[in-house]
Amino acid sequence: MLFNEPSPLETKVLTRRFGLPNSASIDTYLAHEGYQAFLKASKMTPDEIIGEVKTSNLRGRGGAGFPTGMKWSFVPRTSPKPKYIVVNGDESEPGTCKDRVLIENDPHQLIEGVLIAGLSVDAHAGYVYIRGEYRYIIEVMEKAIDEAYAKGWLGKNIQGTGFDFDLYVHTGAGAYECGEESALLESLEGKRGVPRIRPPFPAVVGAFQCPTILNNVETYCAVPAIIRDGGAAFAALGIPKSGGTKMTCLTGHVNRPGVYELKIGFPVKQMIEEVGGGIRNGRKLKAFIPGGSSCPVLTAEEVEGATMDYDSMASRKTMLGSGGVIIIDDQTCMVKAALRIMRFYSHESCGWCIPCREGTTWLKKILTRFHEGGGTRNDIVLIGDIAKNMLGRTFCPLGDAAAMPTLSIVEKFRHEFEDHLNGKPCPYEHSGTMVTV
Amino acid sequence: MTFSPQLEARFEKLLKSYPPGRQRSAMIPMLMYAQDEIGSVTDELITEVAARTGTTPLQVNEVMSYYSMLHRKPLGKFHVQVCTNISCLLHDGDKLYEHACKKLGIGHKEVTADGQISIEEVECMGACSWAPAIQVNYDFHHHVTPAKLDEILDRLKKKPV
Repeated sequence: MLFNEPSPLETKVLTRRFGLPNSASIDTYLAHEGYQAFLKASKMTPDEIIGEVKTSNLRGRGGAGFPTGMKWSFVPRTSPKPKYIVVNGDESEPGTCKDRVLIENDPHQLIEGVLIAGLSVDAHAGYVYIRGEYRYIIEVMEKAIDEAYAKGWLGKNIQGTGFDFDLYVHTGAGAYECGEESALLESLEGKRGVPRIRPPFPAVVGAFQCPTILNNVETYCAVPAIIRDGGAAFAALGIPKSGGTKMTCLTGHVNRPGVYELKIGFPVKQMIEEVGGGIRNGRKLKAFIPGGSSCPVLTAEEVEGATMDYDSMASRKTMLGSGGVIIIDDQTCMVKAALRIMRFYSHESCGWCIPCREGTTWLKKILTRFHEGGGTRNDIVLIGDIAKNMLGRTFCPLGDAAAMPTLSIVEKFRHEFEDHLNGKPCPYEHSGTMVTV
Repeated sequence: MTFSPQLEARFEKLLKSYPPGRQRSAMIPMLMYAQDEIGSVTDELITEVAARTGTTPLQVNEVMSYYSMLHRKPLGKFHVQVCTNISCLLHDGDKLYEHACKKLGIGHKEVTADGQISIEEVECMGACSWAPAIQVNYDFHHHVTPAKLDEILDRLKKKPV
């Protein structure tokens, strides 16, 4: 089921079957080129498969943007240990709701991507880790897996290729941290989701201490198209060094929020104005978060000329991230936004690393006090100092994820902090009634 | 401990889903599905899951306490989870949460006197483009307005499980 109308500006590669009757069923999938890429890949060598993925310039869609083909090439495929394919469907970066849509509407595309990954590293089992809140998505995935077994696309000697593969669904139980790859692996092993020290990386020591490919749902979903149409065709959709499309979740103050598949390199202004229908209620853009709440915030001026790709965002000292675009209008209090983001990271910090555990807790307390009118000028400096002391001092990126948006908001919207220094509650809070959609 | 045949079948499948000697992996899914059936993670359930996954009750307790969806105390028959994270906040999710608390006369993680409804302010649930969103048990509701929320709560107050 689709929750928003598609946009004519989309480039439909991963979403090409969306909207077909019973798009999640194996019959629909098979009737629309489904599993043909797997059959093609089964006649290719692992090096040829990985080469095609490298040519495609596909980069990890979970947020880190690491080149996928290179990640796969790190797996020692001649190792005597079993190899595993793990799918990160923990989707919990605030602003992100695309993996849910991908699985709900086309779960077999994910299965096919996993199978091709399996061929490339001689893996014969895989796990789809899905966040616990997505119970109905887990059910969609389980049904798809059952169908694939019943029709011989999973199990022993798949379609006579001699390739065996078993796929299982694993539910999370409510923990943002488990979206971080090493914490996810801990969780998969029945433990608390705390990060592992790296190296070794999961490619060498991953699930059950064995070599593992671990990618985001969207990354695997791109693989069938890459093998079917060739890596070069996928690369050509994007920009140099970054190919294909990105599932983009428009959230916040736009007229048409929704999940859209846009070419890598899509202009930000066009995305807001034409795909998203512009800022609602005739207001103006104040702040823009490109890919989930952990990304540094951009101002309206910084968005000028920006495009939705890794390099354009990096040049503006932020990240493309997970595709969770958060659009904030000119009547929003940025101190309140910073506080809400920090409350989240404080709740989700696993407590393993002290700078993150203490930093997020204290920043939450200071920002709460500040927003309520109890802040001092020195607090503005203190917030920045605490955040800077978290950067790079933790096992996993959660500490950075909490610090980066905070630092950017303090730096770019400092005047809003100063406006809170009059001893009264937030000057930006409007007594306006609830906005109804 | 006895469970429904469906849950037993799920346990059996789960325990076979992981490599030999790795049955501990089934612990979290087993707790999730068992909690759905019996209402909370009881001492008895912890002992049972420990026995079936080759772990100790202490290990199960240690793990379960990490995950926000696993809880030791029973919630309401209908657990209303209101997201107030950034994308929902921009659509007044915080006001929606306050509205729900006021209407039910309960606060965060509290249960109504009849045990029917509980409420929780939750973090991002992955419905950001259709904010503000709530979940009732596992069911998503998108673009929730105060009026729509009133309707949902009124229905839940009377609804048999």
